[in-house]
Amino acid sequence: MIEISELYKYYGDRRAVGPVTATIDKGEIVGLLGLNGAGKTTTLRVLACDLLPTSGTVRVGGIDVVESPHEVRKKVGYLPDTPPVYPEMTVEEYLVFAAKLRGVGAAQVQKRVGEALELTQTAVERSTPIFALSHGFRQRVGIAQAIVHRPEFVVLDEPISGLDPVQIVEMRDLVRGLGGEHTVVVSSHILSEISETCDRIFVIRDGEIVASGSEAELSSRFLRGMRLEVTLRAGDGLDAALEAMRAVSGVTSVEHAAVPSREPRAVDLTVTADGDVREELSRALVGAGHGLLELRRGERELESVFLELSRSAGTAARKKVKKKPAPEPIEEAP
Amino acid sequence: MSAAMLIARRELLAYVRSPLGASVVAAALLVDGIYFYWKGLTEKLVSAQVLQEFFYGASGTTMVAAIVLSMRLLAEERQLGTLTLLNTSPVRDGEIIVGKFISAFGILAVMTLLTLYMPLLIFVNGKVSVAHIAVGYLGLLLLGAACIAIGLFASALAKSQVVAAIVGVVILVPLLLLWVVARAVDPPLNTFLSALALHHENYRPFMVGILELRAVAFYLAVTYFFLLAATKTLEARRWR
Repeated sequence: MIEISELYKYYGDRRAVGPVTATIDKGEIVGLLGLNGAGKTTTLRVLACDLLPTSGTVRVGGIDVVESPHEVRKKVGYLPDTPPVYPEMTVEEYLVFAAKLRGVGAAQVQKRVGEALELTQTAVERSTPIFALSHGFRQRVGIAQAIVHRPEFVVLDEPISGLDPVQIVEMRDLVRGLGGEHTVVVSSHILSEISETCDRIFVIRDGEIVASGSEAELSSRFLRGMRLEVTLRAGDGLDAALEAMRAVSGVTSVEHAAVPSREPRAVDLTVTADGDVREELSRALVGAGHGLLELRRGERELESVFLELSRSAGTAARKKVKKKPAPEPIEEAP
Repeated sequence: MSAAMLIARRELLAYVRSPLGASVVAAALLVDGIYFYWKGLTEKLVSAQVLQEFFYGASGTTMVAAIVLSMRLLAEERQLGTLTLLNTSPVRDGEIIVGKFISAFGILAVMTLLTLYMPLLIFVNGKVSVAHIAVGYLGLLLLGAACIAIGLFASALAKSQVVAAIVGVVILVPLLLLWVVARAVDPPLNTFLSALALHHENYRPFMVGILELRAVAFYLAVTYFFLLAATKTLEARRWR
């Protein structure tokens, strides 16, 4: 379990993170979602003990990151936004080095390296110098070093950054596969990635968590009503169909979709409603004999929530924020 | 294997696989060789003076090589982002610094010992004391260790290797020139400044084959001080 309480991190006078209070349960995959400069990387660096907090308490597996950073580091595997790889080493040499550095016993090193190579599907490149690897493979090697010592907690900063679509799908599966055995914290500014891989999402803005929950929870909490995408067979009865839809209780508007339909002889419509009217809407259209081809929730619903929540990020993050007097300084660990 | 030795081994591998290590060693040997030829074969000096001059010239190449070898130690890790791997592993900052120091000192020691054929050539037409040679080499290694520690501290401060080299030189040159300042001031300050000079007062005994424990202690203290400063610099960065 990761427990964060009133975490603040300042760079000089600038507040990068804080106040952040959150709890992450064992085996969960949690996503930190925010725009660039929102404070995601700083939060992850504190969790990985790369940085120490200005104030507040962070406990990883019950151990305080300020009092016992050495112990915390044994439990955490961290992939920064740029994989920390030595170009001149081969993949296997590098993972052996990382495993030994993380305190894996000599007898266990080869076994653990083999497991990490297998899990990240990098075994085929084990003898390849890292400088010769593609970006996607380097990212995989980065994850391999983060899990080679079987840590309880895996912290991944933008693991899909710069990957091609195929690599993104593979990376998504890899991250999902880490859940359960490991507690995983992933950051991204790409909403679809977080929603695809994570059990829970923390939306972070200006260093603060402004919302948290599953995708469904965030949608129901922040969306004003529901947006539906409806595809109808084009024809003479279209006007009547529009009238039938508007007559459904709860429907507030019916409009033609901004992007024309890709389907031949079809019309795409966007319906907004106060609540979930999918059943009533489909019943009304089918009952009235109109050709209903498709009815689904808007794919960009959560994106609009994210944009709403993150609206002031980026600009605010660059502002200089004066230090709050409230947080008490933490004594340096002996 | 301890974390420091693990880091040292990886660094040594990096020196061997990159052109830097071989280039520095080759350049230093070339300069030392030319200097030795000039002093040994073209000037009319007695054997002990040739050896003394050799250790004087080799101290210059040792200092330059130490700064060049050490400038990359932490600055390059920071540029590549690999310092994060060390910082987030259960390794103490002191172990990182010691590991880095051992690797650079190892290369410098190999470089220094490869010059051994030059003093031995004196035996062809002259005679010098083996103890003089041994003490001279001890001085070179101690001076090299101190300069690597200074370079490592500069590398801990800087974000790039070039800046690390400049910072290293900026620290090194005043320490070298303290004996000049010492000449211009009155006692007892001149004695104090002269005793702090990195080369003149403290290195000359080694050049002439005199083993002074005070000088040995001086170089060990300088090395320790800058390694400690580098460790504290790494620690402080976590709080920034």
